[in-house]
Amino acid sequence: MSDHTNAAAGEVQEIHMHRDDFGSKMGMWLFLFTEILLFGGLFILYASYRFIYPDAFVVAAAELDLFMGGINTVILLTSSLTVVLGIVALQKGHKKLSLSMLWITVAFGLLFLVNKYFEWGAKFHHGIYPKGPALQEMSEGEVMYFGLYYVMTGLHGLHIVVGLIFIGFVMWQIKKDVLTRTNFQRLENAGLYWHLVDIIWIFLFPLFYLIH
Amino acid sequence: MEAHNNHDEHNDGHIAEAHHPSYGINILVWIGLLSLTAITVSVAGVNLGGLALTVALLIATIKSLFVMNFFMHVKFDNKVVKIFIGICMLVFVIVLILTFFDLTFRF
Repeated sequence: MSDHTNAAAGEVQEIHMHRDDFGSKMGMWLFLFTEILLFGGLFILYASYRFIYPDAFVVAAAELDLFMGGINTVILLTSSLTVVLGIVALQKGHKKLSLSMLWITVAFGLLFLVNKYFEWGAKFHHGIYPKGPALQEMSEGEVMYFGLYYVMTGLHGLHIVVGLIFIGFVMWQIKKDVLTRTNFQRLENAGLYWHLVDIIWIFLFPLFYLIH
Repeated sequence: MEAHNNHDEHNDGHIAEAHHPSYGINILVWIGLLSLTAITVSVAGVNLGGLALTVALLIATIKSLFVMNFFMHVKFDNKVVKIFIGICMLVFVIVLILTFFDLTFRF
């Protein structure tokens, strides 16, 4: 343990940089709270309309592909695991393994987006889009369901893109040895962001796909 | 713990230390998360009536607690982090409840 801290302090002294890992972590959490309340507002909107149109939500949810949703759930859960393994690897000083784990995470994130593309594409094909022929035939409740579906999964998808950029940036810093065994907080912050996006999907999945 | 104070006077921040980094526990949590996903999908096929939403949300909450405590290391985190998360959740629940007061009594 003392080896550890001495190494950390030595490194800081060498580059004369002010560093506050706890402050960095708290800053990340404060940002995550704003994200939670952003999605929280949408979840409350979802709850309200599901309360008003319970039957229409069941009818509309039948349009969704449970298999695709399930696959994407597994993909995101596994990508969360690989991020955390990447953090552990860096903390143990295994730079190469850490980078490999983060590469796998990026691959999973992209795969999630590809699935999303096909999923949305299939909906568009069936005429479910604003002013689309199928949507105009639907009841008010079903239209609300698809409005929420596109906004919430769309905003979530946007967060996947941002998370991928964040992870990519951190990977570059690991490669350049800016982030190391004793200086890993920024990687942890990227992980925190990715896990939050995962948690949001953990709720989106049953609320949109698992209504019968 | 405060080794950096002796070595570097320029730095008054906290240097993070890894909390016994281990691959095993995270892989176990991942297996748990996949199992819970399988459970929530199969339970959705059963006709539970009004309970279905409660069960789905309960399983999602358990999954989130796993992700937060282990993947996000909240379990090993400072008390301040835990309290802040609690306050954030409380705000969300209060707004949710107030919204439903309006919804249930308006119609």
